[in-house]
Amino acid sequence: MKRYSAFAIAREALRGHIGWERAWRSPEPKAQYDVVIVGAGGHGLATAYYLGKNFGITNVAVLEKGWLGGGNTGRNTTIIRSNYLQDPSAAIYEKARSLYETLSQELNYNIMFSPRGVLMLAQTEHEVRGYRRTAHANSLQGVKTEFVSPDRVKELCPIISLEGPRYPVLGALWQARAGTARHDAVAWGYARACSDMGMDIIQKCEVTGIRTEGGKVSGVTTTRGDIGCGKLGIVVAGHSGVVAEMAGFRLPIESVALQALVSEPIKPCMDVVVMANTVHGYMSQSDKGEMVIGGGADGFNNYTQRGSFHHVEETVRALVETFPIISRLKMLRQWGGIVDMTGDRSPIISKTPVENCFINCGWGTGGFKAIPGSGWAMAELMAKGASPLADGFEMHRFREGRFVDESVAAGVAH
Amino acid sequence: MTTRLARGGRLLNRGRALEFTFNGKRMTGYQGDTLASALLGAGQRLVGRSFKYHRPRGLVASGAEEPNALVNLGEGGTFEPNQRATTQELYDGLAAESQNHWPSLEFDVGVANNYVSRFLPAGFYYKTFINPRPAWKHLFEPFIRQSAGLGRAPKERDADVYEHFHVHVDCLVIGGGIAGLAAALKAAEAGREVLLIEQTAHWGGRAPVDGAVIDGAEADAWVKNTVETLEGMENVRIRTRCMGVGVYDHGYVLAYERLTDHDPHPDLPRHRLWKIRASEVITATGALERPLSFAGNDVPGVMLASAVRDYVVNWAVSPGDRTVVVTNNDDAYRTAIALKEAGLEVPAVIDARTAPEGPLVERVRALGVRVETGRAVAKVKGRAKVEGVAMTMQAGEGAVLEVIDCDAVAMSGGWSPVVHLWSHCGGKLVWDDAQAFFRPDPEKAPTGADGQPFVRVVGAANGAMTTADVLADAGADAQAAPEAAGPIEPVWIMPQGAGPELRSKMWLDYQNDVKVSDVQLAAREGYESVEHTKRYTTLGMATDQGKLSNINGLAVLSRSLNAEIPQVGTTTFRPPYTPISFGSIAGQARGDMFQPLRRTPMHAWHMANGAHWEPVGHWRRPYCYLQPAETVEEAVQREVKNTREAVGLLDASTLGKIVVKGPDAGRFLDMLYTNMMSTLKPGRCRYGLMCNENGFLMDDGVVARIDEDTFLCHTTTGGAEHVHAHMEEWLQTEWWDWQVYTANVTEHYAQIGVVGPHAREVLDLVGGMDVSKEAMAFMDWQDGELGGLPVRVFRISFSGELSYEIAVKAGYGRALWDMLAEAGREVGMMPYGTEALHILRAEKGFIMIGDETDGTVTPQDLCLDWAISKKKDDYIGKRGQARSHLTDPERWKLVGLETVDGSVLEDGAYAVAEGRNANGQRNVQGRVTSTYRSPTLGRGIAMGLIRRGPERMGEVVEFTRTDGTTTRAKIVQPVFFDPEGEKQNV
Ligand SMILES: Cc1cc2nc3c(=O)[nH]c(=O)nc-3n(C[C@H](O)[C@H](O)[C@H](O)COP(=O)(O)OP(=O)(O)OC[C@H]3O[C@@H](n4cnc5c(N)ncnc54)[C@H](O)[C@@H]3O)c2cc1C
Repeated sequence: MKRYSAFAIAREALRGHIGWERAWRSPEPKAQYDVVIVGAGGHGLATAYYLGKNFGITNVAVLEKGWLGGGNTGRNTTIIRSNYLQDPSAAIYEKARSLYETLSQELNYNIMFSPRGVLMLAQTEHEVRGYRRTAHANSLQGVKTEFVSPDRVKELCPIISLEGPRYPVLGALWQARAGTARHDAVAWGYARACSDMGMDIIQKCEVTGIRTEGGKVSGVTTTRGDIGCGKLGIVVAGHSGVVAEMAGFRLPIESVALQALVSEPIKPCMDVVVMANTVHGYMSQSDKGEMVIGGGADGFNNYTQRGSFHHVEETVRALVETFPIISRLKMLRQWGGIVDMTGDRSPIISKTPVENCFINCGWGTGGFKAIPGSGWAMAELMAKGASPLADGFEMHRFREGRFVDESVAAGVAH
Repeated sequence: MTTRLARGGRLLNRGRALEFTFNGKRMTGYQGDTLASALLGAGQRLVGRSFKYHRPRGLVASGAEEPNALVNLGEGGTFEPNQRATTQELYDGLAAESQNHWPSLEFDVGVANNYVSRFLPAGFYYKTFINPRPAWKHLFEPFIRQSAGLGRAPKERDADVYEHFHVHVDCLVIGGGIAGLAAALKAAEAGREVLLIEQTAHWGGRAPVDGAVIDGAEADAWVKNTVETLEGMENVRIRTRCMGVGVYDHGYVLAYERLTDHDPHPDLPRHRLWKIRASEVITATGALERPLSFAGNDVPGVMLASAVRDYVVNWAVSPGDRTVVVTNNDDAYRTAIALKEAGLEVPAVIDARTAPEGPLVERVRALGVRVETGRAVAKVKGRAKVEGVAMTMQAGEGAVLEVIDCDAVAMSGGWSPVVHLWSHCGGKLVWDDAQAFFRPDPEKAPTGADGQPFVRVVGAANGAMTTADVLADAGADAQAAPEAAGPIEPVWIMPQGAGPELRSKMWLDYQNDVKVSDVQLAAREGYESVEHTKRYTTLGMATDQGKLSNINGLAVLSRSLNAEIPQVGTTTFRPPYTPISFGSIAGQARGDMFQPLRRTPMHAWHMANGAHWEPVGHWRRPYCYLQPAETVEEAVQREVKNTREAVGLLDASTLGKIVVKGPDAGRFLDMLYTNMMSTLKPGRCRYGLMCNENGFLMDDGVVARIDEDTFLCHTTTGGAEHVHAHMEEWLQTEWWDWQVYTANVTEHYAQIGVVGPHAREVLDLVGGMDVSKEAMAFMDWQDGELGGLPVRVFRISFSGELSYEIAVKAGYGRALWDMLAEAGREVGMMPYGTEALHILRAEKGFIMIGDETDGTVTPQDLCLDWAISKKKDDYIGKRGQARSHLTDPERWKLVGLETVDGSVLEDGAYAVAEGRNANGQRNVQGRVTSTYRSPTLGRGIAMGLIRRGPERMGEVVEFTRTDGTTTRAKIVQPVFFDPEGEKQNV
């Protein structure tokens, strides 16, 4: 792999940029791999990457029905934070966040992790108590957060209105090393690194069936032929229920559309990410200058990747109230992604009833931030059969009632 | 300098001159101008700077597709960034500023990027700024942010108002060109309810500009007639300045009407968002012309040929005195004709086709214009304005044949139907090879719930490119003469064999500075999916969303991949068609109207008596009542003490009240609550717990049995709606055959708590009911009269004091409150708020939903086993509670906590345990759920959940503090005050 650098750009600039290599190869599928990963979203690609990097397993294929990174990985609002309440969550999200800190250097691809800080507003007494609790939990979990005053909120985000007539801002949970990253670059950077390790990323290759022998997985059927494998990882987010069914098991997952939207770009006016869960809306400003906005999920199950307008309306209304200056900005684009929701709003990283078949899903509305940590844990689980970071996220927790309930702290979990 | 022509301008009212400013410079235009035409008329060609390289930019288009001419408009509360000059009508006093430059439009330091542009190809930022690590956040990113971003951020609250409209129609027609008008007329004549909307201020679209002849007359005449006919029909509504925004499932369409943007008015709504349900949606949105990709096609003065025509015909402004026309199709010849007719020079038409022929070509030749065929533009001369074009062979590599002097270039690369609205909700496209564009696939329309198509496309939007075809497609009765047109020849770059040097000067996306070479680089690097290319290069991601650039970029990509255009496919079309204001989306729901505020009947009294408010759901409740010179903390402590020692008055009206009625009501409540409710006697109350399916406690409250088949269930303030919904969900999905009705009557009653040792005296003073110990026992309720008002009195207590809750019809609430307040004065009564309520209950060890519970806590965890009936077979949550994790003896359970030093534990503190877990996190063994300073006991008290807590009485555990230290607290019984209940049972 030719390394990227300012020097490489200068060299190429002088010869018309004709010397750049492909970021990833476009191979034909082989008949057999040690490991097949279904789904080239961030989580699937990161799983492959850490299989190679941490365990030397490189005879790996990542199969993608569309284009890599084209699922929720390329549709999300890119908030990265780890101020979760429950221990297993805080562990994996903080692992992910800390990997994000150095991911650009590690992948030699600028994924633009920008620790600009995340404010989660407390707008009721109940929320104040909830976030104070999270701050206490985080201090024991090794996650640096603090509960800050309204004045500090205003200082960090001058465009906020503290005195919304309905819900005054009473304080906020602040994580200074939280932030955003460039979503496409995360997928592309991992893909490039995987390809460089000799792994095959096969796009336009939809898995249509899962083959087993004696209760063990033996391969997959795809739109590009049969592919054998020793181990199989299913990492398909919104379509987890569909693919699990091919393997013969069911998941406690519902797929719903989550929407986001952006404004036209304006000059920088907001450095931090603000989440306002009482009114259901959150906003940050991208490096291009667009205000990036998200809210709640549609209340009905579907796979269409587009949502209904009333949710957009609800979100925008909440944010115009919270940030009055945006009223005269314009909405440029709205879109949706299909998110995989579990009952406790926490993911599943687990063995399955089929031997050597593993699943990683249920990240729902908030899995972008988890990509490196999730890949790390899933790779360890697939390679060694267990991972401390995946502890607590087993499928059977639902049967035991052992939930990792994150809706406890704050309604939304992006 | 003005370039306004002496004659013409079909949209101008020359009788009314309008003054405006651009970057502080005073200019004049006319009524009927857009800001764009007025700027051009005033000789202002340079209108902005591009996003990445800060290149000088002029107008390219004349409508919604314009990528360059974005301005900051207005000031203060009416300031708006990124307003498109081509869609902003001129008004007197308009003040506009160009954007994205420093220090000025003419001299912009950012243009340095342009000179190093070869070092900034597509995606360069993914390949650099990687090291050293902190530099991204502290150096590179701030720089990139500052140089990106276009317009300024508004500073003030929006001074304008907005509104929403909801309408239902049989037929919605979007687009007021001749296709839309004809289709609307057709539908209206068939007796259907029709709404016709047009985004500009004018009817007729392109036809009048293009010289169409309909029924033997000029298009304008037919348009005028048709509009008049439509206006006269009762079943028709028509609106200009109203744009179709998006098409959603089930025939739901959004439209955006700009009511006062053309004539600001402080009192009228600025924008109106229409929410339309239509049985049929007809999109007649026309087509947009595509630029041609030749080197220097972004120099100010290079414009779409159709836009040049628009400026000349509609507004009588000439983009240049000498305009070279460059084309690959017949249509651009119309521009040459329009220019000649206006008396302007056309030095040449450069046509990429080798042998164009047909009436338009002949007419232009006959006008004496030089027509060069098989030729291309090698390069546009000039930097901030066009100075000439270098002509070359289209089939060659760019060797210059001749330089033609000119000051403007009109280009046409063919047309693309506007298929956005068709595509939003699933309509598919086909590639039309002959016309070189995507058009709607009639076989794959968006379908409604019944599987039938609900969107139809007519006119140019459907690929009909002549007046006759458009009218026929729209089913019009009107006729136009068929036109013979020569075929288009797809030309994706000019000249065909251009090398890297030229390709890196061919702009595809003017605003985002994406060039042909960038798309080719993306393809070379493996970003082959059209979505990858878009994201890698930012092609089509600017504020025009690729209206001009997408198809050209796609064609370049498919050529790089050696694939056919339809194989590569388009990116997804998403709403809105063009950007709409957030203000319009929020509509009236702002400020006080943001969410309905729920007020109890006593709200005004609280206001007048120092209420310090707390939002609880949509309600506002007094947190405490401040007396002069008192802090919130002091007020709370006073209220608690006064209630314990004298008597307090509580507005409890917000408590949820749900009537459950019917022969199966008891059976139903037995399922809903963990307790047995069917055995409750009329006249009695019982405290009940409600769990969700997983077994976790979700709500609690007192249930009163009114009569044999009527129960009144009290819920928490925040719980009323979802408890009611929960009841209905079970009734409608599981027990639909049970005879039970539920009604949420929360707001029908005001409810007032009289709490404390003197409570009975207060009721006696008001008089009318015997509320003595003998007449009304604890947990009894009775209907009766107090102070002449019909009331229902519950003898229940959430404080451990002697306490009555009095329900009265909401309309009597204030009267009763006043009577009680007056009577209570003699015995030292004071009102108390929610915080005192919380402390009073905590001193007694009563749980609070949302404090002791968080959705993961069972009644068993809270040691409320006494409220779980052992006699019942089932209740909601029973099975969940049997799961292994919920019966684990290691679970955290409710205890009281007393700090060793008497201080107050912090809210949300955790109890630490020895060691760390496998992920390096500190082990924990419990947490604080409620914590207060108890005025009664003069020390901190708390409740918490502790592992095996009740078995560990007397043990001291350590709790976290924000400063990093810990507080030691002893595990005690959760009832801190009057454990025998002596105060309550008097
Ligand atoms: C609007 C929106 C906003 C969000 N905001 C945030 C945020 O701010 N912060 C945050 O942390 N998270 C956010 N999320 C959530 C986050 O995007 C997801 O949790 C995360 O991207 C999931 O990644 P993934 O790799 O698991 O799934 P995906 O990226 O969806 O990848 C799954 C892949 O599997 C492929 N696939 C499916 N079926 C098959 C098959 N049969 N064969 C082959 N391939 C298949 C799909 O094509 C897809 O590419 C948001 C999500 C949305 C929709």
